[in-house]
Amino acid sequence: MADPMRIRAQMAGDKATVRVLMSHEMETGQRRDASGKVIPAWFIQEVSAAHNGKTVLTTQWGPSVAKNPFLQFNVRGAKAGDKITVNWVDNKGDKRTDEATVS
Amino acid sequence: MTTRRQMMTTSAQVAALMAGAGLLPTAAHAAWPQAAFEAKNMAEAAKAFGGGAPVESKDVTITGPDIAENGAVVPVGCSSTLPGVKRLMILVEKNPSVLAAAFDVSDAVDASFNTRVKMGQSSNVYAVAMMADGRVLYAGKEIKVTLGGCGG
Repeated sequence: MADPMRIRAQMAGDKATVRVLMSHEMETGQRRDASGKVIPAWFIQEVSAAHNGKTVLTTQWGPSVAKNPFLQFNVRGAKAGDKITVNWVDNKGDKRTDEATVS
Repeated sequence: MTTRRQMMTTSAQVAALMAGAGLLPTAAHAAWPQAAFEAKNMAEAAKAFGGGAPVESKDVTITGPDIAENGAVVPVGCSSTLPGVKRLMILVEKNPSVLAAAFDVSDAVDASFNTRVKMGQSSNVYAVAMMADGRVLYAGKEIKVTLGGCGG
């Protein structure tokens, strides 16, 4: 299981700005190790976010998203105290879900 | 000491492992748009998502630095002020796989996302918006990279 995500969700006007920092290698599959072997690709493919249990955002990522990915988005109609859940799945089938409260 | 027989067995095991690693994730994530991420240019990426020819538009914006010191971490943002955006994509023209990220926009989120991408070399970066009415709009920006982010 991968390390937890760091999620901050703050109200800005009538929207909540959500910032997510995931912990992942995001290996492209283009690099080679010291002995010249290709390091296999290992990256987050899908990220989804839910607001109080209702999915509001799904994304598909390729290997060219940077290591330890950062994602920022705005959720409309959120209130302080609402729950924001973020979930990712990588190309090896590993997954992680974390939750934050809007402040 | 390794006999030939042992060697063969080990090779077979490794091959089986590799096959598993290569095939299983594909089966597990059928929803991940493989074709779009294999696209070599913007039109191919748009087509993979069922869109038409991309048209430049002032209503789509791409944000990012003019010069990125480290190509491994380039902060970019894409947004659109138009209503009816279905999907936003971030493309890096000279990366091996042009498409970096695609965001499915719903009514509950703004069509505005920030993330960080890797860039192999100085290149144009595009924000592409796919509209509900089938139009494909884009905006581009050149980002110069002093240190590449792909490869050793």
